[in-house]
Amino acid sequence: MKKALFLSLLLAVSIGLFAQESGAKQTKIPSVNIKTLDGKAFNTANLTNDGKPIILSFWALWCKPCINELTTIADVYDDWVEETGVKLVAVSIDDARSTSKVGPLVNGKGWEYEVLLDANGDFKRAMNVNMIPHTFLLNGNGEVVWQHTSFSEGSELQLIEMVRKLNRGESIE
Amino acid sequence: MKTKSLIFVSAALLLLISPALRAQSFLEGGRVTGNFQMDAQIYRPDSAIGAAKVDEKMLMNSFANLLYTNGNFSAGMRVESYLNPIQGYDPRYKGNGIPFWYGSWKNDQFEITVGNFYEQFGSGMVLRSYEERNLGYDNAIKGAKVRFTPTDGVVLKGLIGTQRYFWDQGPGIVRGLDGDFALNDIFDKNGTIGTRVTLGGSFVSKFQENEEVFAGPDNMLILPQNVGAWAARFNVSKGKFMLDGEYVNKMNDPSAANNFIYKNGESMLLQATYTTKGLGVVLSGKRTDNMSFKSKRSEEGSVLDINYLPALTRQHTYSLAAMYPYATQPNGEMALQGQLNYKLKRGSKIGGKYGTDIALNYSRITSIKREVAEGDTAIGKRGTKGYSSPFLAFGDELYFRDFNIEIQRRFSKDFRLLISYINLKYNIAVIEGHPGEPEVNANIFIADGTYRLNDKNAVKVEYQHLLTKEDDGDWMQLLVEYTIAPKWFFTVADQYNYGNSDKDRRFHYPTVSAGYTAGSNRLSFTYGKQREGILCVGGVCRNVPAANGLTITLTSTF
Repeated sequence: MKKALFLSLLLAVSIGLFAQESGAKQTKIPSVNIKTLDGKAFNTANLTNDGKPIILSFWALWCKPCINELTTIADVYDDWVEETGVKLVAVSIDDARSTSKVGPLVNGKGWEYEVLLDANGDFKRAMNVNMIPHTFLLNGNGEVVWQHTSFSEGSELQLIEMVRKLNRGESIE
Repeated sequence: MKTKSLIFVSAALLLLISPALRAQSFLEGGRVTGNFQMDAQIYRPDSAIGAAKVDEKMLMNSFANLLYTNGNFSAGMRVESYLNPIQGYDPRYKGNGIPFWYGSWKNDQFEITVGNFYEQFGSGMVLRSYEERNLGYDNAIKGAKVRFTPTDGVVLKGLIGTQRYFWDQGPGIVRGLDGDFALNDIFDKNGTIGTRVTLGGSFVSKFQENEEVFAGPDNMLILPQNVGAWAARFNVSKGKFMLDGEYVNKMNDPSAANNFIYKNGESMLLQATYTTKGLGVVLSGKRTDNMSFKSKRSEEGSVLDINYLPALTRQHTYSLAAMYPYATQPNGEMALQGQLNYKLKRGSKIGGKYGTDIALNYSRITSIKREVAEGDTAIGKRGTKGYSSPFLAFGDELYFRDFNIEIQRRFSKDFRLLISYINLKYNIAVIEGHPGEPEVNANIFIADGTYRLNDKNAVKVEYQHLLTKEDDGDWMQLLVEYTIAPKWFFTVADQYNYGNSDKDRRFHYPTVSAGYTAGSNRLSFTYGKQREGILCVGGVCRNVPAANGLTITLTSTF
């Protein structure tokens, strides 16, 4: 029985890999129904920044490094937007215990990010996020070109460098 | 059971494969993504701190998710291994398997999912299935789910299934309907009205076959096989104000969690927020009464929950502040919470060059008032109506109180400091179920500074101090972390229980950690001693036993 299960698994993976080979290289953002800060329904397939890059950052109120990352970026965010046109979308995975505190914290800290609420982790799962902070860089077509987990002081410099590379059309590793 | 799941998996795969075989174009757009995580612990016995001997010497949990998406179709599965479950996890997880798989497809109006899925209605107080992998919590529903959007602003959901019970399914069937109506999107498509109103409602019921439960030698209880619950919610926002709330009522549901009483359960959550640039205020209140709702009557642990009761307390992240965490008491509590976030402006006299963030938070949770119900002789007796309880009255017993203030400021381009003070009252007798133990009154101080040496190297020093006369007495912790962005971190920390009233138990809990991150792959090691405690993530807590040894964590997303 276990063998059969394992074989089905292998089959699924190989089909997937096979399918991947024939397609384009990058993964488009999956379509998941979540909410905006004011409670409106939002489908993640509609994430857009007029063809410019998007930084997608998964965070939560209880995640200290996440808050550090977003606070650090907030200090330079205006410069980033002006220079590269990038937009940061901060996806909070806080559940019903804290969703109502997300807006006040975001405003209380003066963050200018677009904030989305993924209260039951649907978007998190679809994006394969295990640990936060987990940051994705999307190109103008909404495809994931780079991702990084964890935050340490100075990581934001690498992130903006990736955005610059993307804007210059260089390959990202 | 195994045969069944095999058939299901094969069916899901067939669904996945057959269109792919038929249409080359379908195959072309397909994507496989996934993630993997492994936590392994190698143990050393340490009788002093209470770390038990582990016969296997090494224990490991791991899981991998594989997701396949192609246009409007997606399928996925999760492989889990617990060989054997690491300490603190429920030993019933022992083994290997594929407990989670699904297939899902959608068009503009419909989304249909078969297999295992997660879902939440409203705030979750009537239905929420979710997972907290780091706690070993997973109440995924296995069955079918439909989401239907007939017109803009209306979302209808229906689901049916059983819930995960380790490697099995629970005995109860859960059925749910939910509707969400964003009135502005339905009636005011041009957006001329400034006030946004969203209404919602749910109905959830469970079915479990009758069983024999006695309230006395000849008093076999007549148990309801079907238990229904409904909820109504609203959300009104106008400019900077928002008000939202939900009320849930559950029909009588005698269970092990409420000592088989026949009382209806109810819960209400109300929240008001005001936010403007640089300021955020939240006030919330909640009443919970007899709201444990599980798909198995006799279950008492944190498994097979149909609903989720959010705790109205701040979730602390620093380890000493998190020593006394609170989780909702499903049998009854009254909760109040207020939070204020304020930013002292950049460049102002007190705010400094970069501004200063201030956060104040207060929460207070008490029992509900309970009176003998009409026709009964005692409160909470098995097989009776249980008790009656006035809706708005606070009980006399304090469960939890938390006042905390946090100030964060960047002093220069290179230096940032956070200081925090927390005062906690923690009813250890009720929350941890240790009757007779005195209430813990703790004062906690935290200072956390980060200094950037250059663009890549930084040092962080964290100092925490907990003062209390109760429980294990005073603690202090010092932590030093060195990071080389974006790949490396090294941490040395020591927790010291210097104020334990038992002089022989004044232990040190030193640890060293290191980690390496490359993109979305991360490998970390921690070596040292871990105190016994409660680990909470997202509202669920689990006891972590004392341990001494090496922990290896590997996580990867692709």
